[in-house]
Amino acid sequence: MIILKVNDFNKAFGGLQAIKDFSFELEKGEILGIIGPNGAGKTTLFNLISGFYSPDTGTALFKGEDVTGLRPYQLCKRGLARTFQIPQLFTNLTVLENVRIGSYSRITSSREATQEALRILDTVGLYEKRNELASVLSIGHRKNMELAKALATGPELILLDEVVAGLNPKETDTIIEHIIRIQKQGITVLLIEHVMKAIMSLSNRIIVIHYGKNIAEGRPGKISKDPKVIEAYLGEEYVFSKSR
Amino acid sequence: MTIPGIPLLLQAIVNGILMGGVYGLIAVGLTLIFGVMNIINFAHGAFMMLGMYATYWLYVLLGIDPYLSLLLTIPLLFIVGLLIERFLIAQVLDAPGHNQLLLTLGISLFIENFAICLWSPNFRTLEIPYLQNVVNIGTVMISIPKVIAFLSAIIFTALLYYFLKKTDMGKAIRAASEEKEGALTVGINLKKIYYVAFGIGAACVGAAGTVIAPFFYVNPHVGGIFVIVAFVVVVLGGMGNFIGAFFAGLIIGLAESVGAAFVPGQVKQFIIYFIFILVLLFKPEGLFGRSNE
Amino acid sequence: MSSTTQYTRNILVIVVAGFILIILPHFIGDYYIHMATMILLYGYLGLAWNILGGYAGQFSFGHAAFFGVGAFTSTLLQLNIGVNPWIGMFLAGIAGMLLGLFIGALCFRYGLRGPYFALAMLALAEMLRLLAVQWMTVKYPLGINIPINTDSFWNFQFDKKAPYYYIMLFMTAAALYLTHIIEVKRIGSYFKAIRENEAAAESLGINLFKYKLLAMAISSFLTAMGGTFYAQYYLIVDEEAAFGVNGSIEILLGPIIGGAGTVFGPVLGAGVLECLSEVTRDVFEGYGGVHLMVYGVILVITIIFLPEGILGGLQLIFRKLKKRGRRH
Repeated sequence: MIILKVNDFNKAFGGLQAIKDFSFELEKGEILGIIGPNGAGKTTLFNLISGFYSPDTGTALFKGEDVTGLRPYQLCKRGLARTFQIPQLFTNLTVLENVRIGSYSRITSSREATQEALRILDTVGLYEKRNELASVLSIGHRKNMELAKALATGPELILLDEVVAGLNPKETDTIIEHIIRIQKQGITVLLIEHVMKAIMSLSNRIIVIHYGKNIAEGRPGKISKDPKVIEAYLGEEYVFSKSR
Repeated sequence: MTIPGIPLLLQAIVNGILMGGVYGLIAVGLTLIFGVMNIINFAHGAFMMLGMYATYWLYVLLGIDPYLSLLLTIPLLFIVGLLIERFLIAQVLDAPGHNQLLLTLGISLFIENFAICLWSPNFRTLEIPYLQNVVNIGTVMISIPKVIAFLSAIIFTALLYYFLKKTDMGKAIRAASEEKEGALTVGINLKKIYYVAFGIGAACVGAAGTVIAPFFYVNPHVGGIFVIVAFVVVVLGGMGNFIGAFFAGLIIGLAESVGAAFVPGQVKQFIIYFIFILVLLFKPEGLFGRSNE
Repeated sequence: MSSTTQYTRNILVIVVAGFILIILPHFIGDYYIHMATMILLYGYLGLAWNILGGYAGQFSFGHAAFFGVGAFTSTLLQLNIGVNPWIGMFLAGIAGMLLGLFIGALCFRYGLRGPYFALAMLALAEMLRLLAVQWMTVKYPLGINIPINTDSFWNFQFDKKAPYYYIMLFMTAAALYLTHIIEVKRIGSYFKAIRENEAAAESLGINLFKYKLLAMAISSFLTAMGGTFYAQYYLIVDEEAAFGVNGSIEILLGPIIGGAGTVFGPVLGAGVLECLSEVTRDVFEGYGGVHLMVYGVILVITIIFLPEGILGGLQLIFRKLKKRGRRH
């Protein structure tokens, strides 16, 4: 079953075409990775899918329903959650309160929302930190909390924006474990990542974005040998060398 | 509503333009502070009031000509602004915008009410014999002090423009306003830029206070009238846009004066607030954009 | 401490405090009853402001707009068509709320935030003040007097000060209770989320526009009711007291100093301010404007040294101590 179908997204800022005729489909339950060099349009694409921008032209179907131009909160209610590349915290609130705000999107009772938030905090290993202020968390914990907030909304599709960027290898492994578990729960995952290591081992399928266009699509092994992809990343070999 | 005749309308246009120049000078100081520090300075009106009182007392006590007193009021307000930035504003540069606004509000509450304690809330006026003259051109009466104020406003704005374009300090201020990180990488001392810019902003409005004193009443709350006008002008001209602020001053001066010719009473201030809300809502980037050119 | 003993302790504190406040007027003179009433009034207005400014993070510099609309609505209804002031108070709340929804819809639809929203609200209050000046100079140059009526609860007029005190005590207690409910329910979490980070709030399913308007509606409704109380207490309404900038400032000072976004902060702040301004009035007798000067100093000190207000500052210290205690 197709959970998300993007048709010919276009988005320009001023004279700059950030996203050009971008189409793809996402199968329910899979992990799809989107990679591309810096400035390729990854985050713009995410903002379009999650409703922070609306496309100039093109449509998006989520669970078969046209959701083009819906606001982020409306998409969230329909089961589409996202994280931000730089964790967007509620700085002066506790970790528990941060995550509980996510669970309130489907639970009105504060007692039940609290229980749900605590359960999710436990799964991402932040239960001990529940009464700390979000502002004092380390970057690794912030990324985990960012994930927990999105999970608390009870999504069917979760968009993860560079969840491992800036993390050390140990923290990266923890997040990867979480993502695998998320998939096992039946949640579809759409990842964007600049560093390929994480994405290669995780993704069922990969799309390469370059200058706002979908230039290649396929299984991880095939993608890394695609000449178009190698050309796009020319001068950025380190990305590949890290992936081995 | 009354329909004014042509002579009255001409008179309103002339008065509007003359006053608009002064609004421009007030707003230039405010927009400079905003452009560089991203702070909305509520105490701007209080600075202006200080400039007016300085001029008033220098004349009454020492007999110093109001225009000559510019030589004292400008440095005085520069120092006041500099000290306030250095010791108070600098503490909240990273605070949320509304807290910065509250701080400048607190400063203005203090200055204005301190002025009441010192000088009482009475309305005072400067009566200078040679400035009571009025020149008639056709049916239009032109008051000499207003013309002087208008011309001074243009001269000060031009001087400041020259300073920002040509001097090293001016260039550094512009750099800090346009490209903060870039300014840091080329080794500009932002802290210094901030208090100098704040001082210059205060000096501008102090000068405006001086040139307006010969034809306006002086009172501790007089700044309150002008600070709101200055906000409107700054937003209309594009926050941080220097030249935009001056022209927006003229527009607001005209709108106020011509509006008052049609509908008398308090309506002239009403028009200013109304324009303010409209601009904030529908054209928050102002008529002339946010550039610093 | 387990949460049940904490709960019992809280209840106990509230009962004791309530009891003291109820018997208080029997032990103090009119002068102090008046002062206590003013603390409660500004505490109440601060609580109303706090829902929009402290919880939802939308700082208003023009709450006098709602206060004034409330005072004028009930007064004019009473004068012109004989509406009972209690009903007038409710209608005043509705009128204030409608104004709040109108200006809120405009501001929030066009994304006005932070200082810009604050200044737009200031402009709104000033516009209303100018309209009132224009209209009253002809009809009521000395302000609108509410005719003196017989002492009765129904008339909302009393010969003694104490009944006003009790009315205000009740209104403040109700506003405190409402704030507490908001604090522990979803709505309060949503308000705080909007205050802390709009993008994150929206991505977690919060309709920013709806919740900002909701905060505005509650806040403006309560503020306008406070305006009616003021009119009934002084039996006179004039444009400066109703819509003046000083009114807007005095409303927000309490929460800023006591702690915006806390339940008790606004009342604490109002108490501190009122006591300080009494002291300064005594010390600097004969100097007009001194108490506003002191407010200015307190505001500057608070913003620089206690940006979260007194209660916010205490919470921070408490949190640090607790953390240290846990480590040892």
